[in-house]
Amino acid sequence: MDLVLIFLSAAIVNNFVLSYFLGICPFLGVSNKIEKSVSMGAATTFVMVLAALATWLINNYILIPYNMGYLQYVSFIIVIASLVQFVEMFIRKASPALYRGLGIFLPLITTNCAILGLALFAALRQYNFIQTVVFAFAAGVGFTLALVIMAGIREELDRAPVPEAFKGAPITLIIAGLLALAFMGFAGLISG
Amino acid sequence: MAENKVTLWYDFAKGLWDESPTFRQLLGMCPTLAVTNIAINGLAMGLATSFVLICSSVVVSMVRSLVPAGVRIPVYVVIIATFVTLADMFMAGNFPVISKALGPYVPLIVVNCIILGRAEAFASRNNVGRSFIDALGMGVGFSLALTVLGSVRELLGNGSVFGARILGSWFEPWVIMILPGGAFITLGLMIGGINMLRNRKKKPAPACEV
Repeated sequence: MDLVLIFLSAAIVNNFVLSYFLGICPFLGVSNKIEKSVSMGAATTFVMVLAALATWLINNYILIPYNMGYLQYVSFIIVIASLVQFVEMFIRKASPALYRGLGIFLPLITTNCAILGLALFAALRQYNFIQTVVFAFAAGVGFTLALVIMAGIREELDRAPVPEAFKGAPITLIIAGLLALAFMGFAGLISG
Repeated sequence: MAENKVTLWYDFAKGLWDESPTFRQLLGMCPTLAVTNIAINGLAMGLATSFVLICSSVVVSMVRSLVPAGVRIPVYVVIIATFVTLADMFMAGNFPVISKALGPYVPLIVVNCIILGRAEAFASRNNVGRSFIDALGMGVGFSLALTVLGSVRELLGNGSVFGARILGSWFEPWVIMILPGGAFITLGLMIGGINMLRNRKKKPAPACEV
């Protein structure tokens, strides 16, 4: 039950993009085609789960036992950056087909604040190992969901008469605001 | 000499309007949207980011000839993360209330694209003085944008600015403004408004130079 709550909370109620504002850059940049958004979302979810695992291990087996909490940010960001590199190299060798699908998005993911944000949130809330994995997966699903919904809207938006000054980022932000309002409707799902 | 001064002034001023990180380059959107529910949080976030931006730009500029091109990004990131840790500890020690309100968004300065962007695009190619001025301009521009956004949202969402009540009791606060949705909508309208101003200025082709 606890895990279901974590999942629903991270994927829908406290959606990473629409209520924590994490991962806005790819949200604004990549979300113009549904297909591209699905690939980006899948790549991000994959890296999120791996990064959450790695940072959880480091935090609980190295930083906390040796009382080196002050190294948290430095070590997390190094782990995430190198992890993304490894994943990119591994996928390129292991599955060229998958690489063509996800590869171009991987470098972008390092600077996606959703990954570091996820690691920090998991550490802050002192989730255990299983909870961290569920939380990471749910955050990835929520990110993908927001990205795909936005892409669907933007594909239609190309045909809409948007005022010149509002084309591009401004109208996307305003739509994101309306989406965030819609997602607020889920707030009642989880009390407290 | 005079030309030198003009360049330095340009390095500084471009961050305020022409290349404003928030309104023109759309960089660092996460903290911009997340912490500007009240003006003071926006200002604090702006100042913390400026501190990290200035320090890391200066250090990156100092070591720019020592760092091999292949590992420059990891090196920059470690430099940035070090200053972020400093800023985070300073805020937690001296301003615990604000530090708590900003929460994990202070450590997230590490991945703020403005900082890595300036390190890569400017500080790694220019001397320490110019990098400092450039970072200062960008920092002021970012702080200004965050404070303005925070003030607008606080005024409409709470009737006050920096905690001082401005609108009387007749004013029914727009709760939406301090919620996530309000952040997106306010920023979208502001960027659109600035684009409009810009287009209006551009359209009548200048007959004589200004």
